Amino acid sequence: MRVTADRDRCVGSGQCAMLSPDVFDQDDDGLVLVLREEPAEDLREEVHRAADLCPARSLHVHG
Amino acid sequence: MNPASPFVTDSVRKAAMTQSADAVPETGAPLPRFPMRRTCPFSEPREYAEMRADRPVSRAELKVNDKPTWLVTRHEHVRQVLGDSRVSSNLKLPGYPHQFHIPEEMLAQVRLMMLNMDPPEHSAQRRMLIPEFTARRVKELRPRIQQIVDEHIDAMLAAGGPADLVTALALPVPSLVICELLGVPYEDHARFEEWSAAMMNHDLSPAEYGAAVQALDLYLDKLVTLKENEPGDDLISRFLEKNRTERVADHADVVTMARLMLVGGHETTANMIALGVLALLRHPEQLAALRADPALLPNAVEELLRVFSISDSGTARVATADIEVGDVTIRAGEGILALNNAANHDESVFPDPGTLDIHRKEARSHLAFGYGIHQCIGANLARVELEAVYGTLLRRVPGLRLAAPVEELRFKDDAMVYGVYELPVTW
Ligand code: HEM
Ligand code: SF4
Repeated sequence: MRVTADRDRCVGSGQCAMLSPDVFDQDDDGLVLVLREEPAEDLREEVHRAADLCPARSLHVHG
Repeated sequence: MNPASPFVTDSVRKAAMTQSADAVPETGAPLPRFPMRRTCPFSEPREYAEMRADRPVSRAELKVNDKPTWLVTRHEHVRQVLGDSRVSSNLKLPGYPHQFHIPEEMLAQVRLMMLNMDPPEHSAQRRMLIPEFTARRVKELRPRIQQIVDEHIDAMLAAGGPADLVTALALPVPSLVICELLGVPYEDHARFEEWSAAMMNHDLSPAEYGAAVQALDLYLDKLVTLKENEPGDDLISRFLEKNRTERVADHADVVTMARLMLVGGHETTANMIALGVLALLRHPEQLAALRADPALLPNAVEELLRVFSISDSGTARVATADIEVGDVTIRAGEGILALNNAANHDESVFPDPGTLDIHRKEARSHLAFGYGIHQCIGANLARVELEAVYGTLLRRVPGLRLAAPVEELRFKDDAMVYGVYELPVTW
């Protein structure tokens, strides 16, 4: 599984960083940072959830 | 009066209802009128389920001005509309579905809050503010929020029951949190709280209400001037500092931004505190589960936000192009209410949606904070406040119970933000 974020779309809601703090963080401007581009399999559900709940649809999970 | 307030208090609404013209007789089938009343304090309006099933995107007429609007009721469609860049939040556009009366000449004067801006102005202002509300920043605020909650519960316990939970806890906690966020000096806290509580007090006469709003506006204006001259460690000062290079706002815009933080964050959170406590008291088995396992708190907060969806019609838009939603084409210029209470009771996402279940797996998929570029910037802060209040009350006041029958409680049925006026409790 690979995770990408479209930072131009991000509106800094911090939902992802709250839901899946091992995978997502926010930089000093509050925009999303992907901490682990290839997170462990056991985080799959959490990461999909974060992607689904992102209000800007800026997170994508591949594979 | 604060005509730009999206979260207008019911005193304004009451005034609005009396000012609106009598209904113009319609030719053809009469349209349903909006807002629709919640069937009981704990459920959505009866019409919503029918609409989701039979006409998920349908026309209605606004009670306040008899103008037409679209109502969008399914979860999927509400997300689609709020995520669409072809809708505008600008309340000055002719088709905007107003829910309280604003005279035309006043509307022209209104300074847009971020909430009612579209990109690129919206993005520019929001970008200045999001560092204040990141998951990390909000986590750092947690200990101080806990302290504020504890102090208010201390005072409530010391005064002895029965107490009105709204005045003892629900209103002052979020007010103080915003006060500190904005950098209101300590010696002004009491006055600030008084004015901000007055803005939500429906028992005031229009004159008293107007005076409170004016006093608060004047105060926020002075506060911004103070921060311009003597910056502190607070949201307004950091905004002003960034603005020196970004230049997105003038003095009056900063005052408007400060007011948005207050109207957006105060009554909403206060209403959720009172309603959430009430709902838990009515479900003793869930309350007991929560007390036994505080790790359930975050999901309980999401579920309470979902069932009440207090800012149901706060997500108002105007189409700026023809857009297809379900089987319907919404034409450019037409108003849309993407009803988050209806979406949050969509049985295809939330099975048995009328039932409060703090264990509900999908609770977090609710849209009570909106969706898309305007999704509530204070959502994570509100979550922390709610967790702190519910959790601390359960822990510290184990005997908490209602001090009045539910039938006697007065609910904010006519207000844009749903809530309960008083919540008498004892322990
Ligand atoms: C339970 C509490 C709350 C609820 C239910 C709530 C609800 C909402 C909703 C539905 C929106 C979206 C409006 C739209 O799409 O047009 C919104 C936006 C907003 N909220 Fe909240 N809110 C809450 C707490 C807060 C707090 C604590 C703050 C600030 C301290 C806040 C500040 C704002 C602001 C500034 C916006 C505008 C965001 C933008 O336009 O980008 N809210 N809120
Ligand atoms: S959830 Fe989406 S919008 Fe919010 S911070 Fe993460 S990427 Fe950005």
